[in-house]
Amino acid sequence: MQAYLVLEDGTIFKGRSFGASGEALGEVVFNTSMAGYQEIITDPSYSGQIVAMTYPLIGNYGINHEDAESRKPFLEGFVVKEYSKLASNWRKDQDLGDYLKENNILAIEGIDTRALTLHIREKGAMKAILSTLDSSEQSLVTKAKKSRGLMGLDLVKEVTIPKKYVYWQSKENKYKVVVLDCGVKLNILRELKRLKCNVTVVPAWTTYQEILKENPDGVLLSNGPGDPAAVGYVIKTVANLIGRLPIFGICLGHQMLGLAFGGKTYKLKFGHHGANHPVKDLRTGKISITSQNHGFCVSIDSLNKKNIELTHLNLNDETSEGLRHKKLPVFSVQFHPEASPGPHDAQYLFAEFLKLMQKSKKIKYAKTH
Amino acid sequence: MPKRTDLKKILIIGSGPIVIGQACEFDYSGTQACKVLKQEGYKVILVNSNPATIMTDPEVADRTYIEPITAEMVEKIIAKERPDALLPTLGGQTALNTTVELDKKGVLKKYKVETIGANIKAIKKGEDRKLFKAAMKKIGLDLPKSDQADNLNEAISIAKKIGFPLIIRPSFTMGGAGGSIAYNLDEFKLLAKRGLESSMISEILVEESVIGWKEFELEVMRDLKDNVVIICSIENFDPMGIHTGDSITVAPIQTLTDKEYQLMRDAALACIREIGVETGGSNIQFAINPETGRMVVIEMNPRVSRSSALASKATGFPIAKIAAKLAVGYTLDEIPNDITKSTPACFEPAIDYCVVKVPRFTFEKFALADNTLGISMKSVGEAMAIGRTFKEALQKGLRSLEIKKFGLESIVFNNLEDMRIEKEILDKIYQKLKQPNAERIFYIGDAFRAKLDIEAIHDLTKIDRWFLHNIKEIIDCERELIENKNNITHELLRRAKEYGFSDRQLAKILSLDETVVYDLRKSMNITVDFKLVDTCAAEFKAHTPYFYSTYEK
Repeated sequence: MQAYLVLEDGTIFKGRSFGASGEALGEVVFNTSMAGYQEIITDPSYSGQIVAMTYPLIGNYGINHEDAESRKPFLEGFVVKEYSKLASNWRKDQDLGDYLKENNILAIEGIDTRALTLHIREKGAMKAILSTLDSSEQSLVTKAKKSRGLMGLDLVKEVTIPKKYVYWQSKENKYKVVVLDCGVKLNILRELKRLKCNVTVVPAWTTYQEILKENPDGVLLSNGPGDPAAVGYVIKTVANLIGRLPIFGICLGHQMLGLAFGGKTYKLKFGHHGANHPVKDLRTGKISITSQNHGFCVSIDSLNKKNIELTHLNLNDETSEGLRHKKLPVFSVQFHPEASPGPHDAQYLFAEFLKLMQKSKKIKYAKTH
Repeated sequence: MPKRTDLKKILIIGSGPIVIGQACEFDYSGTQACKVLKQEGYKVILVNSNPATIMTDPEVADRTYIEPITAEMVEKIIAKERPDALLPTLGGQTALNTTVELDKKGVLKKYKVETIGANIKAIKKGEDRKLFKAAMKKIGLDLPKSDQADNLNEAISIAKKIGFPLIIRPSFTMGGAGGSIAYNLDEFKLLAKRGLESSMISEILVEESVIGWKEFELEVMRDLKDNVVIICSIENFDPMGIHTGDSITVAPIQTLTDKEYQLMRDAALACIREIGVETGGSNIQFAINPETGRMVVIEMNPRVSRSSALASKATGFPIAKIAAKLAVGYTLDEIPNDITKSTPACFEPAIDYCVVKVPRFTFEKFALADNTLGISMKSVGEAMAIGRTFKEALQKGLRSLEIKKFGLESIVFNNLEDMRIEKEILDKIYQKLKQPNAERIFYIGDAFRAKLDIEAIHDLTKIDRWFLHNIKEIIDCERELIENKNNITHELLRRAKEYGFSDRQLAKILSLDETVVYDLRKSMNITVDFKLVDTCAAEFKAHTPYFYSTYEK
């Protein structure tokens, strides 16, 4: 079936559908990971976006039940050069095309994704429409233009879990983490489980009092979609948690911390979406190859340097990638230490979070005894 | 870290004559190293016996010795030149072996020559099977199971423990008698007995066979600050059992999920750190059981290799050049990416195309040579092709071989419109698929033409179904062209070009003149597009004009 990808500036790509039929609107971005399309498709941070893969051959190893990053796909649409009609891998449970159809996600193949990427690189991320229904170019451009975009949009409320749940609990575990779910990737929870933490996941609108009632040793602020400036209610919660217990923020979690500290965020031209970005830990000089997925960034100059320290720097474009409070047990990173997809180089940050919780617990114990 | 200033003079050992198994790739890497070190202000001393190399051009090194590459001769050169350091990792196996021998003879110690890149301990750990096995065990990496036996009873009990098929490798054999494969106990008894007899110390190694498993390679780089990056991942089209140099190989890896790839990446990082290659490139090979996913380490080359040359050209990341800079103390984040200029070399290239390397054989020149393929390398060269699809890159690669094939053309059928699929032809196809050989890729095409399906061909070849599916799409497209020969649509012709069919190949299929195909294509506005190799999948602006052709406009 013929399908169209039309950008708000009137650029038109014709291709073939290999997913669901219908129409989908979103901001079109490109991702440079060569593997890991399943993790990308199921990452809630892509809510509101149409993702184009720069690697041309997609679907090669199918979809399996183990590698999903959330309960369902959250992106608006998927764009590739060539979809493989045959998937080959010993863990394969399903073909990618069938999976997308089942989950009502539009997907298009036969697109010159390099031309599309160059266009986005030059002009910036922009609103777009994917359609298998409409072939009137003019009407498609109008629809793309009219779509909501990302600025000022609270997408967190669309992806967070509706009710609190216990992800993992064991009597032997010493620490309890509450994860504030703004669209959390499952590998964050798996990493906490690996470090033998009890993990409770709460919806994004949970108040700080409710979180403290859980009596956690630390709070993890998760990744998530959209504009960080649009989730004032979460930032308020975060601001109230600062100073009360250890906090670790990832991606959107990092941006919300930046805002809670009184800083500002801004939109990048086309964002960072890939698995090969070098990030330097300024405390050790060590470089990690990191997994990245963000369109917004914390302006480091907007933060009070007396209290806040820049800890990580992106070596490609020298944007800020991590911060910590100089006195309080609070730190965050813009990239994804949980990887999935991407290298495991930055996994050490979860251990740092654990250490912070150990230290805080000791201090708390000493105070009460 | 800035570059080292305590070193003034550096000796580089070239690779010597071109032989099967070691071609001009080490001239490429060695020349890069000479140029870089000279630019950095070091005095470069070069020894290489091969006059037909670029590195022996007088202006490449400061002093060039055209002498045999033996420990004796290199010792004399060291005595005369008194270099501060020796860089052994860019001249292939010859350079590495010579360095180990120089160390054994005490020459390096005597003249206070430091090995940079990889030290002697790391070279030995990477090259010696026993040391390598112990190192991999220490970091918890899986290897093919194996054990040594010095009598038949012991051998049989090992065989029962590991399970069949098994490889029997006699230790210290006269005249280098090689290993054999046993598929059952009866065969094993016979072959183990023979192996014990042929071994000078009556000892055999009984090893689990990984023949038919999926084969992969990673090109890894490390700097003095212990930053490690993967430059390129490679998947072999031909499964384990065929020497990598004789295999069709593909970059990047096509059939692993990110979870599986990252486990391999973790293993490669652990491996280069444990072996102790301090700076520069290494090549690490893995095998994966296609049924269970079990991954084993096969081997590691603690130096730049044939695959490094391929990986450099496949990604745009100049491995040898960077390796030379790392050897004198620079770190990856201090070196700019040549192509983007604005980003550092400390990253992992993202590619937005598919690369296929095809080996070139010359069996036609040796009438009596056996053209079947196995664990020792027989190809004399290779061609690399880049395309936006695997199909396109494969067909371009095949026609680059200059063997009068203009794509994946038939080898047994003369007339594709009137194919007689007789029993002898089928038998021949079966036999050629089962026994790996120089022309197998063409027989796979013919197997699809003869209506064999993916499962049947997979059973015979163990080649991954994803690759076979792509070849089937090429053959299906060819069939569609034949059936619609008088009514070629824009969609069909464009697809054929996207699948890598050349005009000449199309002319043959459509019984037209090549110029007619060209004109038809032009009239339909299907024209070539040149795309950039830029290390970053278009994320950053590229400054180096390095192109490949494709049909995508």
